Amino acid sequence: MSRPDLIIHDEKDNVGVVVIETTKKGQECSAWIMENDLTVKVPSTNDVPLGHKIALKDLKVGDTIFKYGHDIGKVVKEIKKGEHVHVHNVKTKKW
Amino acid sequence: MEIPKSFLGYKRENGRAGTRNHVIILPVDDISNACAEAVANNIKGTIALPHSYGRLQFGADLELHFRTMIGTGRNPNVAAVIVIGIEPKWTKKIVDGIAETGKPVEGFHIERSGDIQTIMKASKKAQEFSMWASEKQREECPMSDLWISVKCGESDTTSGLASNPTVGNLMDKLEPLGVHLCFGETSELTGAEQVCAKRGATPEAQKKFMKTWSDYNDFILKEATDDLSESQPTAGNIAGGLTTIEEKAFGNFQKIGSRKFIDVLEPAEEPKKGKGLYFMDTSSAAAECVTLQAAGGFNIHLFPTGQGNIIGNPIEPVVKLTANPLTAKLMSEHVDCDVSKILTREMNLDQAGDKLIETTLKVANGRLTCAEALGHREFVMTKLYRSA
Repeated sequence: MSRPDLIIHDEKDNVGVVVIETTKKGQECSAWIMENDLTVKVPSTNDVPLGHKIALKDLKVGDTIFKYGHDIGKVVKEIKKGEHVHVHNVKTKKW
Repeated sequence: MEIPKSFLGYKRENGRAGTRNHVIILPVDDISNACAEAVANNIKGTIALPHSYGRLQFGADLELHFRTMIGTGRNPNVAAVIVIGIEPKWTKKIVDGIAETGKPVEGFHIERSGDIQTIMKASKKAQEFSMWASEKQREECPMSDLWISVKCGESDTTSGLASNPTVGNLMDKLEPLGVHLCFGETSELTGAEQVCAKRGATPEAQKKFMKTWSDYNDFILKEATDDLSESQPTAGNIAGGLTTIEEKAFGNFQKIGSRKFIDVLEPAEEPKKGKGLYFMDTSSAAAECVTLQAAGGFNIHLFPTGQGNIIGNPIEPVVKLTANPLTAKLMSEHVDCDVSKILTREMNLDQAGDKLIETTLKVANGRLTCAEALGHREFVMTKLYRSA
């Protein structure tokens, strides 16, 4: 049971959360999926700080972001696998 | 871990038990704060609870004011109460509401006698109450005497990953022992409202929840001048990696574990359906929410934080936990329970839940929380609309 760089809540999720102080640009991250206890590899294309999200696949404008297996917002700017996902490219569907 | 069957609390006249033994000086209104603070300054072992409201309120807003005042006095963490208001009628209404519990309570009004006379009379009574309360001893109380409220703050993604699920784990383990539990934060369930509604134990509870959430959401949409992007999520949430209200809501929701709620409470309403989990309609602002839960009768609070919220409450001890290793390191004086090892997989959720139960019981038995040691006494009334 090695220390993960990223944690993914649910199999269905298309983002993972950084759980080390920061990822480094170009780092091959080890991501632990809590739901099924599998570990997968995900690249980090930016320096992404603790608690922030990284895309697990390419995402287009209008796509839904899934975390906890649930809809948490929509993509407003294209995101490539491994990129930082946050307020600059994702927005709420609520207010 | 074998969960202890009891804790050491203060037994009260009405059969409830407190984790604290406060004598409070409760001002009815803003202009009586000076008097209440003078009394608390005179008499050791008492605390004043100054606040900003209580004049010219009306309708549901006034009802909430009375419910919060009376509920605060009724809380079993309070041994005795001095109530001070400008006018006799509202002062008496609060005294009478508290007196139903059988605990010592006395009211004083300032009109026609002035601050100095009132301070003198109220101080004499406060001294008597303080010395009486100081003789009370902790006794063995069943776990079912714990009424636990929860609310998270300055959340980040580590809250939803680890510290909120730790609270959920504690709920799953303690609910079968007959404790009362309460979560709130109506606006912060936005995005997860349908999933949350399904956790209502009955169709009535589900319907009541959806009505409460819709009313709050309609109010927000009516008053909003922008997209709330710096209020929900807050700048602190965003710095911690939370992007949208939906993401925050699903993280927030982890605090109730796999429990179902049996009823929906008005703000500051005392639960009446027995043991189990309740949802209370509250703001998501930390001090407002905890003040309302304390007024509902909850006697210990669990507060998971990500980026490091520092809140305390004058009568309900606030136990803080975090899973964010930077917060645990940089703000250690605010953290009662560090569960950051969940993120490195050196600790699992079951172990974290046990650790939180141990911390909760230590505090229930009398250990000061970080917030108590640091003097945090945030007592914040919720106001529904402008006064007349």
